Amino acid sequence: MTLQQSNAAAMPRTGVFLRSQMRNIAPFATLILLIVFFSFASPSFATIDNAANILTQISVAGIMAVGLTFVILCGEIDLSVASVANATGIVVAFFTMQEAYVNIANVPLPGWLAIVLALASCLALGLVNAVGTTVVGIPSFIMTLAMMQIGAGICALLVRGQIAYAVPDLVNTLGAGRIYGFPTIGLVLIAFLVVGHVTLRYTRFGRYIFMVGGNREAAEYSGVNVKVVLGAALVICAVCSGVAGMLGVAHFGSAQQNEFDGYLLDAIAAVVVGGTSLFGGRGGIGNTIVGLCVLGVLNNGLDHIQIDSFLKILIRGLILLAALIVNVYVQNIRTVERAQGG
Amino acid sequence: MRGLFSTVPPVTVMTSENPAPASDTPRLQMRGISKSFGGVAALRDVDFTLRAGEIHGLVGENGAGKSTMMKIIAGVHTGYEGRMLIDGREVHFRSARDALAAGIGMVHQELSIMPDLTVAENVYLGKQPVNAAGLVDWPAMTTGARAQLKSLGIDVDPKTRMGDLPIGLQQLIELARVLFSGARIIILDEPTSALSPPEVQLLFDVLKGVRASGRSIVFISHFLDDILSISDTVTVFRNGRLVVTHGVEGIDKGWLIDKMIGAGHEDLEESYLGNIALASKPDAPVVLAAEGLTYGRAYADISFEAKAGEILGIYGFMGCGQIELARTLFGKLRPDRGGLSIAGRRRRLRNTTQAREAGIAFVPENRRSMLFYEQPVYKNVSISILARISRLWLRPEKEREIARRHVESLHIRPPRADVALGALSGGNQQKVALAKWLTHRPKVLVLSEPTRGMDVGAKDDVVKIVRALADEGLAVVVVSAEPETVLSLADRVLVMKKGRIVHEFANETISKDRLLAAA
Repeated sequence: MTLQQSNAAAMPRTGVFLRSQMRNIAPFATLILLIVFFSFASPSFATIDNAANILTQISVAGIMAVGLTFVILCGEIDLSVASVANATGIVVAFFTMQEAYVNIANVPLPGWLAIVLALASCLALGLVNAVGTTVVGIPSFIMTLAMMQIGAGICALLVRGQIAYAVPDLVNTLGAGRIYGFPTIGLVLIAFLVVGHVTLRYTRFGRYIFMVGGNREAAEYSGVNVKVVLGAALVICAVCSGVAGMLGVAHFGSAQQNEFDGYLLDAIAAVVVGGTSLFGGRGGIGNTIVGLCVLGVLNNGLDHIQIDSFLKILIRGLILLAALIVNVYVQNIRTVERAQGG
Repeated sequence: MRGLFSTVPPVTVMTSENPAPASDTPRLQMRGISKSFGGVAALRDVDFTLRAGEIHGLVGENGAGKSTMMKIIAGVHTGYEGRMLIDGREVHFRSARDALAAGIGMVHQELSIMPDLTVAENVYLGKQPVNAAGLVDWPAMTTGARAQLKSLGIDVDPKTRMGDLPIGLQQLIELARVLFSGARIIILDEPTSALSPPEVQLLFDVLKGVRASGRSIVFISHFLDDILSISDTVTVFRNGRLVVTHGVEGIDKGWLIDKMIGAGHEDLEESYLGNIALASKPDAPVVLAAEGLTYGRAYADISFEAKAGEILGIYGFMGCGQIELARTLFGKLRPDRGGLSIAGRRRRLRNTTQAREAGIAFVPENRRSMLFYEQPVYKNVSISILARISRLWLRPEKEREIARRHVESLHIRPPRADVALGALSGGNQQKVALAKWLTHRPKVLVLSEPTRGMDVGAKDDVVKIVRALADEGLAVVVVSAEPETVLSLADRVLVMKKGRIVHEFANETISKDRLLAAA
């Protein structure tokens, strides 16, 4: 869409074009730079195997990021993604027969039923987010902050400090299996990205997401049911998180409290580093892919060049800060231009 | 500390008790003031005099130059030609702060009170008394505020939360704050527009007290009755010129309206000059019926019918509730009482989607709140009809085709459907806003200020488009605070005043002065 727009706006000057595309160019340039840097810095970085590694490493956060892209495009935020993922992962394990030594009062059910129940629970949590935000009118930031705690509470109650290991076979195949040596969880991520992209770009609902994020008032005055669109985005996000959580449990081989805590930041960072506007209306799955790659390459690359593992955290923080600066800066350019062109 | 504040009047009140000699030197003189914005003259060679201890009414249509004049006096506009003298000394303000320091205070139509603070805090905003420890001296503030308000004849508990007071009292307290800040010239912009008659009376009593203390008041209002009942002197502005300044004795509403619209003068646009015959359609079927609509303080007990093929104008001054009424018709606001029937079916609109589905289309007064500036024209046009042209998958080619048709028929420039909307001129943007609803084929089209801020050519285009839509059988409701807009479009006119419909013009000749006199 951004490409269409810039063609349409018929801006002949390259400078103006580049500036208008900064949202897309900056993350991509960052990605190229990182790849070039790590390729030279470490011989083991630029290999096919490692590419598959990176894909696997970003999968869990990536599936969450797909849902989060919907929410952020609406100009809202969901802070409960990791927590909902954790809860869903634990629910699916809770309803699966565990080994005798696992000390959890679990309720063994057939695998498909466990999966359905897990999906239902993340759907329900997403609905609570949606109702709280749209019907009650709680800002999504606060609403999903509460949900973060609720999700953690559900996890705590179900596992009571224990660790569960077994998940239904289907979940295990998707989360930890390989097809011709290729990690299935990576394929699931690719499927989510494709479906997310198609939904956002080629369906009416997707158009509504962009319009609601671009100018919520105008969407409302055009007869778009803004509350339904926002609510749907939050539900989609929760379901994506739930799937990520189930596959994550299989991927890591265990279900326990606080398992996904780091993924909240990763998912948000992937969306924002990719250039999707925090104010809504601009960006998309394409941006999220680039953001995921930046994060994946960075995390993976820092492991390849022997670096203080504590410094890694700081570097990630700095990269995120830089992305935020670009994000807000690009937004300001637009606001100023609009005010002048008004 | 406590006793100190209640007994010693604040410094500012003392200043006002030593007014400058009321007779000879005027309090404020503006000599040969001219001001233009981007080549368009807003004020042309205006001489304005404000005496000490007078209430000076200021009238004129929107855009006549009243506000520009007052903004120069209040230091908001700093670049202008001409001279400004206070008490005979020439001044030139570089900022609103300068003006404040020189004793000029302004109370805007939109109050700048802090609703969550107490009355006392609002009175002392920015200059709270402090005790020896440097903390806010609450007792002093409360007693001080009480004494000061009492001196104006306002009896209110200073500990009340500001937002809990009726709007009339809020306004008085803001006025009190301006007075206590030492203002000797107080400019009131439309102070009575939101007030009930008893509140207006209270305001007038307070203003008379302020006048008695030797301070000068400029009273800007569209409500000519209010102007006539409180002012000592009245000045009329028209097209950036000061037309006349006259003592209030011996003038009446008709005289003021004559001066405001300058009947018979050459600088008025031809089409709005004369009488316009309203051709209502009594036989046409009723498409939209409102019964006893009431919404908060904005409007009450509004009932009307809009008929197919008819353009119904709803005219009223800014802030009379007409904006809220328009939003209610589109389901954006939900009325406290009353109901709507659309094409004979009673409807309870819970949101704008339901309004759209019931066949209502709405163009708000502010284009920004209806258009997507970064999106291409075709996406702007298609958004309101998307549900009809695509169930699941988008059909961008269909969208473009529809948009191209409208771009062509409405003469939108540049004639392309995939230009970003922000690149279009204001008039063309407004046409896109209309185009959004053309494919939708609504039963009722509600337009709020459809021609505001447009040049003459674009206005004519919009008038033609709206006429054509009505001729196709739509019921059109035009809500506006500009008499020209209503007169150039409407087949029937309802006049709103302070949230109520006070008059209906149908099947008769109407002119601007009759319209203004009714409002």
